[in-house]
Amino acid sequence: MMKVGILYSRVRAEEKLLFDAFQRRGVDFDLLDDRALIFEISGGNGYAARYDQYDVIFERCISHGRALYSLRMLNDRGIPTVNTARVADICGNKLQTTSALAAAGVPSPRTLVAFTAESALEAIEDLGYPVVLKPAVGSWGRLLSKINDREAAEAILEHKEVLGTYHHSIFYIQEYIDKPGRDIRAFVVGGETICAIYRDSPHWITNTARGGKASVCPVTPELNELCVRAAQAVGGGVVAIDVLEDPDRGLLVNEVNYTMEFRNSVMPTGVDIPGRMVDFALRVAKEGWAAANGWDEEVERAVSRVTLAGE
Amino acid sequence: MSMQTVSATVECPECFGEVELVDVMQNEIVQCPECGADLEVVSIDPVKLELAPEEEEDWGE
Repeated sequence: MMKVGILYSRVRAEEKLLFDAFQRRGVDFDLLDDRALIFEISGGNGYAARYDQYDVIFERCISHGRALYSLRMLNDRGIPTVNTARVADICGNKLQTTSALAAAGVPSPRTLVAFTAESALEAIEDLGYPVVLKPAVGSWGRLLSKINDREAAEAILEHKEVLGTYHHSIFYIQEYIDKPGRDIRAFVVGGETICAIYRDSPHWITNTARGGKASVCPVTPELNELCVRAAQAVGGGVVAIDVLEDPDRGLLVNEVNYTMEFRNSVMPTGVDIPGRMVDFALRVAKEGWAAANGWDEEVERAVSRVTLAGE
Repeated sequence: MSMQTVSATVECPECFGEVELVDVMQNEIVQCPECGADLEVVSIDPVKLELAPEEEEDWGE
């Protein structure tokens, strides 16, 4: 009998849809509240044995730190997870995501990184205004700055250096893409783009968490191919890819999200996103990560060549 | 596991307004219709609401 653990922080619409999908498949599962977890990483079978009973653990944490470290400890103990620690590590950090996409030849906006306010200003001037400054770790459009001129750049860089933690002095600077009042969010599950939405917003930040409106976006062969390549570049699994439409260069991959929200996407697309996510997790439990992603040995080798900080 | 749910009307811990809960689960997040605070169902027997944790810097998707 298969047993699934669901690691979570709070029960939102997405979690309820996922619980329902597991129940409809008759799968037994436990809820693991990340606020109550204790892991033992120094071997032994005390706390660590708590997690050995699961065929797969499905991660739905709201905190990147908790998700990443939990997945790392689980994977190191040999417990299959969705997604893997590798995927969380790359996707939870915009710098690492862009680097992995570039290494895999996936088109993305021009991005510069600098570590001091002085070098960041030089990079911004080189890129040309407007630019977008983003924290490497963060989501929901939080603390994104669109910088339109040198005076604004100097002010924001000084604030970040003085008021922020050291994370805020890792300056991730991106060209501003003059997108047509919308972007695309595509959902990739196990090597297939299962559906996509347009997120329309009069504001340059289009997250539905920030009021962007969702409508169905057709999954063209071009969009599917780009998104599957992007997913593979970050290690596969269940991911939501944010794609920008550049007037000159076409589709560019902006970000990849590994604990995706989808409550606003099921209705417009008509696709059972939680059902597909659950089926993928069950396949990981039965057949392993590579098979669930549809990878042959060559792809698996290529994916594992992406190295991470600390590995 | 079976997903136990409960329906009840309880007081908002922030504004003392009435919050009507329909088929909520333990740890579910609801919003107070009067003051808009995010609330967490911390217990369903008895039903108890607390202010949901504040958003932190590494929260997201």
